[in-house]
Amino acid sequence: MSIQLKDVHKAFGAKQVLTGFTLEIHEGETLSIIGGSGTGKSVTLKHIVRLLRPDRGEVWVDGQDVGALTDEALYELRRDVGYVFQFAALFDSMTIADNVAMGLRRIRGMSGGEIRDRVEECLHLVDLDGYGMRYPAELSGGQRKRAGFARAIATRPKYLLYDEPTTGLDPVTTAVIGNLMMRMRQELGVTGVVITHDMNSAFTISDRIAMLYEGQVRFQGTPEEVKASHDPVVRGFIEGRPELMEVAG
Amino acid sequence: MGVSMAGPVQAVGRTAVSVGAAVGRAALMGAGAVRALKRVGMWAPHLLGQMARIGVDSVPIALFIATFTGVVLALQASYTFTGAIPLYFVGALVGKTMVLELGPVLTGLALSGRVGANIAAELGTMRVTEQVDALETLAYDPVAYLVIPRVLAGTLMFPAVVVLANAVGVGAGWLTSMYLLDMSSHEFVKGLRLFFETWDVWFAVIKAATFGLTVTAVGCFFGFNTTGGAEGVGRSTTQAVVASSMIILVLDAFWAAVLL
Repeated sequence: MSIQLKDVHKAFGAKQVLTGFTLEIHEGETLSIIGGSGTGKSVTLKHIVRLLRPDRGEVWVDGQDVGALTDEALYELRRDVGYVFQFAALFDSMTIADNVAMGLRRIRGMSGGEIRDRVEECLHLVDLDGYGMRYPAELSGGQRKRAGFARAIATRPKYLLYDEPTTGLDPVTTAVIGNLMMRMRQELGVTGVVITHDMNSAFTISDRIAMLYEGQVRFQGTPEEVKASHDPVVRGFIEGRPELMEVAG
Repeated sequence: MGVSMAGPVQAVGRTAVSVGAAVGRAALMGAGAVRALKRVGMWAPHLLGQMARIGVDSVPIALFIATFTGVVLALQASYTFTGAIPLYFVGALVGKTMVLELGPVLTGLALSGRVGANIAAELGTMRVTEQVDALETLAYDPVAYLVIPRVLAGTLMFPAVVVLANAVGVGAGWLTSMYLLDMSSHEFVKGLRLFFETWDVWFAVIKAATFGLTVTAVGCFFGFNTTGGAEGVGRSTTQAVVASSMIILVLDAFWAAVLL
């Protein structure tokens, strides 16, 4: 099963963000979507779990048209998808353990003991042992991001959507998160979609990279193909040379 | 040179469009709330907590307002009636005015500030920090989880708070009459019973329930539709208080016309 975005258009008021975005993410792969700030990367990600609906076009996940799902079918699908938010989006009135347990409480048949064990396991995985009873406000930015990661993987989803998972983190935490993302793919076979403009991270963790430019996919390929691309927009972005992109634009 | 009409016409048009859009969003949220009611397992565990936050925690401010309203009503009634109307009518005026009008309306307006602003700020912050989106991705219906317990709690608890406020307000008027107006307890109670109708209490309860529904639903609506960070949260909070206060006053007139 895979994720497919077909000719997706999305506008906010007069601002056209996606103008025929088409992309397929294959089962078991990690695909990074790169592109400048404000080009619609996060908007793209939100379409996959219907946090946003396209003005035109279709989004398919697991062979299901996401736009046509009933509420109950949508909740069923969302149980298979973990979402790592850019700023963690932890529930600030709850402890970290309760945050991680939130998705687990929606799984029928899971006992309180099983939920506690899974929470501890996930917190251990992100190196937050002993932080369960703290509140998000008591954690650093990097710790909050890792807690958000633990919450996303707690339900053992088939898909993980990462919205700038390493932005603003120190190099060590970036490497920890990067390793976790690779483990998710290698050990659990999770299909991942990563929004990032951290090119080092994208080259390390991705099977494929797609570049979003002016509302559409400008280029897609393996990290090696991206590095070898002669497209001035791609080169300008990965080398940090805006003059190349301006000439192409 | 002719005066261009385009500016004012465009402004009216834009306002009409934004009001129409807001009404549409409110209708959608209302429909979502009706659907969310059936997800009992999602809202029921939070109902008691919200009843305590919205109702029990509002009792001190409601009783404070009611106490001083009762005192002032008794003093002003006595000042107005002196020499013209028997003083025991102070009891009638305090009872009727407190129960029918000032108890529900002043409590409603005060709680639109305390409860409505709190809800709009809380949900608005959750919206702009993507906590509402996070709820959705974790397979929760945010309307069932956040809106339903608050609106139900407001609708159930406002009447209880108002009944309490009415009792305290009348009690304060009674004590004022005895200790500041040289009236006997018997005189005050005689006036109080003169025009008392059990229906008046029900009238206050019905009004209070609709005020509770209004304050919480409007707070949730503006909180859920917050955009634009901290400034947006501030704007939503103000809009929630202003809108719910205005609706309370309109409802007050509506119920008086329909039920009395």
